[in-house]
Amino acid sequence: MTLAIRCRDLRKTYPGRPAVEAVRGLDLEVTVGECFGLLGPNGAGKTTTMEILEGILDATAGEVEVLGLHWDRDGAAIRRRIGISLQETRLADKLTVREVVRLFRSFYPSGLEPAEAVARVSLEEKARAYVSKLSGGQRQRLAVACAIVGDPELLFLDEPTTGLDPQSRRQMWDIINKFRESGRTVLLTTHYMDEAERLCDRVAVVDRGQLIALGTPTELIARLGGQHVIDFSLADGQAPPADEFAGLPTVTASRLDAGQYGLTVAEPHTALPALLRHLQQTGRELAALTTRHATLEDVFVNLTGRHLRDDA
Amino acid sequence: MEPRRYIPLWELTLARLREFYREPAAVFWVYVFPLLLAVALGFAFREKPVAKITVDVREDVGSPAAVAAIKEKFGRDERLVVNGVTGDEWVKRLRSGKTDLVVALAPDGGFELWDEPNRTETVLARHAVESLLNKEAAQAAAPKLEERHLEETGNRYIDFLIPGLLGMNLMGGGLWGVGFVLADMRVRKLLKRFLATPMSRRDFLLSVMFSRMLFTIPEVLVLLLFGYLVFGVRNQGSLAALVFLIVFGAASFSGLGLLVASRAKTIETVSGLMNLVMLPMWLLSGVFFSSERFPEVAQPFIKILPLTAMNNALRAVMLEGKSLAELTFELGVLAFWGLIPFVIALKIFRWR
Repeated sequence: MTLAIRCRDLRKTYPGRPAVEAVRGLDLEVTVGECFGLLGPNGAGKTTTMEILEGILDATAGEVEVLGLHWDRDGAAIRRRIGISLQETRLADKLTVREVVRLFRSFYPSGLEPAEAVARVSLEEKARAYVSKLSGGQRQRLAVACAIVGDPELLFLDEPTTGLDPQSRRQMWDIINKFRESGRTVLLTTHYMDEAERLCDRVAVVDRGQLIALGTPTELIARLGGQHVIDFSLADGQAPPADEFAGLPTVTASRLDAGQYGLTVAEPHTALPALLRHLQQTGRELAALTTRHATLEDVFVNLTGRHLRDDA
Repeated sequence: MEPRRYIPLWELTLARLREFYREPAAVFWVYVFPLLLAVALGFAFREKPVAKITVDVREDVGSPAAVAAIKEKFGRDERLVVNGVTGDEWVKRLRSGKTDLVVALAPDGGFELWDEPNRTETVLARHAVESLLNKEAAQAAAPKLEERHLEETGNRYIDFLIPGLLGMNLMGGGLWGVGFVLADMRVRKLLKRFLATPMSRRDFLLSVMFSRMLFTIPEVLVLLLFGYLVFGVRNQGSLAALVFLIVFGAASFSGLGLLVASRAKTIETVSGLMNLVMLPMWLLSGVFFSSERFPEVAQPFIKILPLTAMNNALRAVMLEGKSLAELTFELGVLAFWGLIPFVIALKIFRWR
């Protein structure tokens, strides 16, 4: 098993008062051919980690190997073999899609034909349009076209779908999946759970600069002890602590967040009748109840007690 | 490895050129604005080649016939604008600068001349009127004077102005065309994105400077052609020397532009820095009037400013037909201001 990326005890501290420890001892191993997701809320250190791996930032401490090479010795060689898409790069407004891709192509000694790169991200129709005339999703696809035009072995995508509408997101997922079909490696960051579940072979959950969980999405969800979640809320004025429901059969975790209870359960057919009986006995009244499969969002909330996105 | 089909230096330069000419605002400021300035200033200073002198004649002193005679005599002199006044009005007019001199007939057949000694114009007016009155009185005895006016091209204000505008343009172009563009790319994170590719940094910086030089060609041509066609401004020196100077100056100012942009993280910072660099030179370096008008103590400082050297060199070639060999000091100053900032900028340049 060859590693595309390996980092040990990665640290990045931004000087200042107080100094900001963006990354605090991160270990990562990404295998060639996999799609690896860095998952975490804003400010978790995802982008800092990415930029260190991309050779844009210097780490404060720790070891980094990309494609078996080191940035300080073989920077030029690594750059020829990776492709990146940064968060919010404003490419030249007054150049056309084709011109931008061609410009990026000229930086690489070998790679795709610019037209081929444009086709892979389905922007043929916009090839002659100015960048300023593109929609958000089209701009992101253009950024990816610039990232793949050097025919990289390893692709870095920093929040490739943030701010995009559902259709544009699905288009982006197709592009990423197609890239992977040729046995190449992708490292992406996201704070969308469904995205990580749909795209990634393995996921590292990062919070406050540290790794808090690592595994396949299925493993991580299974590690909750239950694959299902019962969400419910009670009628007005009733707010017993979440612990009250922790002892019900097959419940592995319980939480209360903004009036909404969430129980992670292994067997909904056992837990649900028990919950209803319990509510009846204590004289409480339900306002709403739903059940669903557990997601990575639940993993994150259970690990940190917080949501991945502030607006979630 | 396959032969390299895309040459990054060429592609980068091409991209810069496209971005520039597709931006109408940039084209206006670089090409049209200097022309408007040249038109406005050129005509403003051409319309009144000789300042007129206003002379008031008091109509309520002396006989009407004598007043009419003196008014008529003054009126024949093309330098004078004659104006009749009555009562105390003349005092107010003289005090407020509406007239330069007041003439009243004296009872003995002579004249009373009122001036305001603190103003240069009224002293000039007095001399003009005195010589006019004396000329007739002492016609026989006076030596014969012939009036001649220097009006040949090469000595007018516009001849002085065009090289100044050229210098100013080269400075502005170098600073904006290099400094602003780089800072803008940094703000847009484009520099960071480029840095993450195998792009050579040298190619990138060279492309910015090359494209700057290319923009200069039409810019300079338009200004020089305009000066020639509309005002008949000619280059007295050799064309090769002028072209060399322009290229040399453009390169020098783009070095300065690179330094200004080397650290700035926001457009506001870079604009502020550019004004800090350019404003003193607009004022001191003799764009609109000769820098020699500033006090002697300031001269050594003014002389080593790049725009002063640029303007002096351009004027020496265009107006006096000097050769480059006579301009070693100016060329040295320009080389210094191009090279030193360039080297410093490369050392401290912030790519991300």
